[in-house]
Amino acid sequence: MSDASDEERAERRLYSIGLILSVVLTVASFATVTTGILPRGWAIPALIVLALTQIVVHLRVFLHIDLTRQKREDLQLLLFTVLLLAIMGFGTLWIMANLAERM
Amino acid sequence: MSAKAQNAHPGMNLGYGEGARKAEVDVFGFWVFLMTDLVTFGLVFAIFGTMVGATAGGPGPEEVTDLRSIAIQTALLLGSSFAFSWASLSMKYDRGRGRTLIFLSFAATSALGFLVMEFIDLRHLVEIGATPQRSGYLSALWALVGLHGLHVAVGLLGVGSLTGQILLYGLTDKIKSRVTRLGLYWHFLDIVWVGIFSMVYLAGVA
Repeated sequence: MSDASDEERAERRLYSIGLILSVVLTVASFATVTTGILPRGWAIPALIVLALTQIVVHLRVFLHIDLTRQKREDLQLLLFTVLLLAIMGFGTLWIMANLAERM
Repeated sequence: MSAKAQNAHPGMNLGYGEGARKAEVDVFGFWVFLMTDLVTFGLVFAIFGTMVGATAGGPGPEEVTDLRSIAIQTALLLGSSFAFSWASLSMKYDRGRGRTLIFLSFAATSALGFLVMEFIDLRHLVEIGATPQRSGYLSALWALVGLHGLHVAVGLLGVGSLTGQILLYGLTDKIKSRVTRLGLYWHFLDIVWVGIFSMVYLAGVA
């Protein structure tokens, strides 16, 4: 296992990059709210984009989801679950918002 | 360095025999569990979404959110996730069980700190009368934050149990596979927390 240390170093680097990206994205999220630099309507879309980006970083770095064939099953399972969740989640929000409007 | 080896689950230093195949199947099964948990969390998020603004004259997001405490909790949980990945790496590259246990204990301590901070926050909510029965908004908030906190507590029990197993039996293939699955659970909870601090706390006061 002569290349083990190289491989280990590469993995450590990947995790460290993931940590740095997560910290940057988290600080950006908090800064969006505490500094109020964005116009009022923009803060929440910005938070959603930052959170989704951070989730993708976590999935890639910490949960080892990627586009290689070896991980295809994990990725498909994840995407299918997200699809089901989107139908149920958005359905819930849609119906309940509609009801609230009619109340 | 081969791309394939790098993409393998951390901790899967089991060669390519029957044991490795079994471990891969177990990890996939654990992914199925995690995804059912994701649906649970996602729907509690959706319920929270329907309850935003349903404060019934009680405490709202401004009173409930202590951004400094949330920032510290976020840092603790991210640090915990990172420490766990370091434990997985020292296990994968045979750096000895002492190193693995040290990083596991870092991860556990950090997560325990997170739970203590969260408990203090929730106790403060009770003090200002923001109990779950006060309004729909608060019911949903307590359900979501509490569900996540319970998951972290269960994860801590898992670390405790695995620490005992590592001390007793060493890093056998079976235990490596268990640590790998607990790692997935651990990182998954950090993802859920990203959703909570962004959508519940930050979006609440934005």
